[in-house]
Amino acid sequence: MLLVLLAIVAALIGAGVAEALLPRHGRLVRTVAAAICLAGFTAIVLDLILVLPNETLLLPFGPLGIGITLALDGLSAFFLIGVFLAAAAALFVARDETLAAAPLIPVFVAGMVITLLAGDGFTLFTGFETMSAASWLLILSYGPPLPAAKAGRLYMTMAIAGALTLLAAMAVGFGVGGDFAAWRAAPPTGARAAGLLLLVLIGAGSKAGLPPLHGWLPIAHPAAPAPVSAMMSGAMTKVALYVIVRLLFDLAGPNPPLWWGVPLIVMGALGVLLGAARANFESDIKAVLASSTIENIGVIAVALGLALTARAAHLPLLASLALGAALLHVLGHGINKTLMFLIAGAVDHQAGSRRLDRLGGLVHFMPVTTACAIAGAASLAALPPMIGFAAIWMVFQGLLTAPRLGSFVLQMLIPVAATLLAGGGALALSAMLRLVGVTFLGRPRAVRTAGAHETSLPISLVLVALAATSTVLGVLPGLALRLASPALFLLTGADLSGRAGWFGVGTQVSGGAYYGAVPTVLVLAGIGTVIWLALRRHPALSRRARAWDCGFAAPPPFLPFGDTTTQYGATSLSEPLGRSLGVPLFDWQMATSIPEPGETGPARFGIVWYDPVLRFLHAPVLRARDWLADRAELIQRLTIRRTLGMMVAALVALLVIVALLEQS
Amino acid sequence: MIPLEGLLAWLLHAALVAFAAPVLTGFTRKLRANLQGRRGAPLLQSWRDLVRLWRKETVLAENASPVSEYAPLVILAASATAALLVPSFALGMTTAATSDLLLIAGLFALCRGAMALAAMDAGTWFGGIGISRESLLSFFAEPALLLVFFTLALIAGSTNLDHIADTLRTGALGLRVSLGLGLAAAITVGLTNLGRLPIGNPATDLELAMLHESMTLEFSGRSLALIEAGAQLRFFTWLALLAAIFIPFGIAPAGDILDWPRGLLTFGAKILLLAGTLCLFEAGTARMRIFRVPELLGIALMLALLAVLFLFVSQGYT
Repeated sequence: MLLVLLAIVAALIGAGVAEALLPRHGRLVRTVAAAICLAGFTAIVLDLILVLPNETLLLPFGPLGIGITLALDGLSAFFLIGVFLAAAAALFVARDETLAAAPLIPVFVAGMVITLLAGDGFTLFTGFETMSAASWLLILSYGPPLPAAKAGRLYMTMAIAGALTLLAAMAVGFGVGGDFAAWRAAPPTGARAAGLLLLVLIGAGSKAGLPPLHGWLPIAHPAAPAPVSAMMSGAMTKVALYVIVRLLFDLAGPNPPLWWGVPLIVMGALGVLLGAARANFESDIKAVLASSTIENIGVIAVALGLALTARAAHLPLLASLALGAALLHVLGHGINKTLMFLIAGAVDHQAGSRRLDRLGGLVHFMPVTTACAIAGAASLAALPPMIGFAAIWMVFQGLLTAPRLGSFVLQMLIPVAATLLAGGGALALSAMLRLVGVTFLGRPRAVRTAGAHETSLPISLVLVALAATSTVLGVLPGLALRLASPALFLLTGADLSGRAGWFGVGTQVSGGAYYGAVPTVLVLAGIGTVIWLALRRHPALSRRARAWDCGFAAPPPFLPFGDTTTQYGATSLSEPLGRSLGVPLFDWQMATSIPEPGETGPARFGIVWYDPVLRFLHAPVLRARDWLADRAELIQRLTIRRTLGMMVAALVALLVIVALLEQS
Repeated sequence: MIPLEGLLAWLLHAALVAFAAPVLTGFTRKLRANLQGRRGAPLLQSWRDLVRLWRKETVLAENASPVSEYAPLVILAASATAALLVPSFALGMTTAATSDLLLIAGLFALCRGAMALAAMDAGTWFGGIGISRESLLSFFAEPALLLVFFTLALIAGSTNLDHIADTLRTGALGLRVSLGLGLAAAITVGLTNLGRLPIGNPATDLELAMLHESMTLEFSGRSLALIEAGAQLRFFTWLALLAAIFIPFGIAPAGDILDWPRGLLTFGAKILLLAGTLCLFEAGTARMRIFRVPELLGIALMLALLAVLFLFVSQGYT
């Protein structure tokens, strides 16, 4: 299987090269790359069902004669499912993109696959950085130059800071050489373990969108072309989570201290609140979706933290329930976020804008896309019977059955985290309703919107396929959990057999709480069908008339879509939330500027808010980058003598290092 | 658990829910009118209203999409599913295994979502008022509800409603401070979810004072009938939920058919008691200013948190 995957990686890189050489055939190349990803998806699903994946492969080439180790086990295989699915859909939709950096799209996918297949630290880091660099270049080559450059600079800085931290994490935790098998045999202890935890959570956490380094996501993710945004939010954040799970659950040894899960739970719960709240205030479709990614990653992090704590407390059943919830959400969120970003791309293409204030009423022009958007949003808002609900149900069950873990502080932390999750869930539903309602329902807010058409048939098919996959997995969550079974067994020593079946998921083998997805759907569908048949059987009179609107007068004829200001929009829908929640979290305020007497400019009224994380945590990093860049510029202005002197000094320093290494 | 009797009990429960939900709404309206010194409409008026709406012509807004046509259907189906999961007179019905508190909360959220989408479909502004207010209130209500669930899960060891009712009914738990606090929090959340006084006023002619009804303004005829029936079912479900958890006495086991009449009678008495208390409360209350409601819900949240804390302290920390 590893050889097949290796061939897929080679083919993806080959696709990138081919497109760079033959830019005219980009459409064909990307279609082929999508087919390759789909093949990879099929292969990995079959592998998970038929054979327990557990392979290692040492490639004879690589850095400094140590070679490259590749490894595939249940964990990496499960994450590969989501990555391949997201990549297949995104690459297929990306056929029509015309970008200078388009050859990098398959390379971006290859980077993610390499990270997941890595069997040593060097390969992991290489894959991670390939992924970062490719997505950075894709951001830079898209959109108007100035905002792209701004988002790209922010993204690159966070990526480099994260990469350095991740490198430091691996060095602190495991030393420099050796593959994962050697690392696993000698897990870090004491201060080194604590250092590993801290650095991994900062390094990989910043890529995944865990607070406090989450502020860049709603700026950088939307700056890429839609298919790339889809992969960044749907797949790349999951790859970063995979790195966290691999390093903290697997390589750091089976018995970390009990408090190891606490930082993950705290960061996750904060992410749920901050991400979901921010999603209610953003006014760009993609920024809303990226904020919702922060929320969902937070949910996964809470479940991961709970699993880590439960495993340390020797509760394998609880640990596998929590980890199963995390993995189910990884898959569900991956599919749905990919779907929603692709829809955002379709809307942008058809209606000419991603700004909620300029959209509306698209259901009349894009009915299929709207239906898929409602399905995806329902899942992201964790409404039954979608897959998001199944995952959140399991997370809550984990939290509700875990109140007796550890010290009193930890015990109190769990209800608090559950409270934040519930509040975040309510906010997520509000944000998704606002997104779908403002974009697709109501009246158009700009004339341009009325020129929209349904997306092309192939793209519609991709959207429908993604929505259908997510819905089927939501009705049959046991199916996805069956695929997660090897990973659960690998990391917690127990899986969900007996608890997750065809009909639903339970917390215990017998008794305990049970979410019967299939019975619920049957009852829902049964009642719905009865009502529908009753409506059909006895058709009543029905007619169309002007909207009642409590008797307000009809709009004047020069306003084809009515008075746009009388329709609730993105800002007004979140106004009550802004007044109560936005003020403390984001310094939300209404800003009015009235011109002085005599000035001819208009008076302005608007809402201003900012994410304090950006100002207080990201800004220092950006300042440090600028300072370093200024210092580095000095080198370019050295005299020839100083330049030569520096080269000699560098040579001497290298020789000294080599001499020291030879001695030891 | 005997499957056939469980199924029979469930079918009887379904029939009871379908008939009693509109009657219960009629009962509260009548009682409230009486308390305010009016005669009020007869008990079956809600049923008559539903039948009349079903027969009337449906007028859809010109730019209404299929969302307006199908959302009422989803609302009614989700409300009915939730109502079918909450035990009324018998424990151990066929659905007992899946009657999960979180699922019921999820189904209520599904209703909220479908209603909000339907309200935005016509593009008029009254729907927006309701949605934006509800998104504010739900942020404060959902955490309080979850903490109530947390309290119950701590006591009963599960979120299965049947199991919780059974534990609270049979277990010698004594008087629990936590349950009292939880009840107060649950009632506040219930009032918010249902949009009743003091949070919203369903029986007014001032659209700005309504929470849910402002979203239904564009609906008429059959669509309105479906939405109203859904609201009545949710009202019934909330009362049945409170009764099953906080007054779990006198519920018959589904396996014992001879005990059913007693169960039915006690259930009726409990629901009427809850509805009566609610009417007494509503008759003496005015609607709150919308930005004051988060304070009320904040109190509910604190009470629920206190309930969890009391449980921790009384059960001792390990």
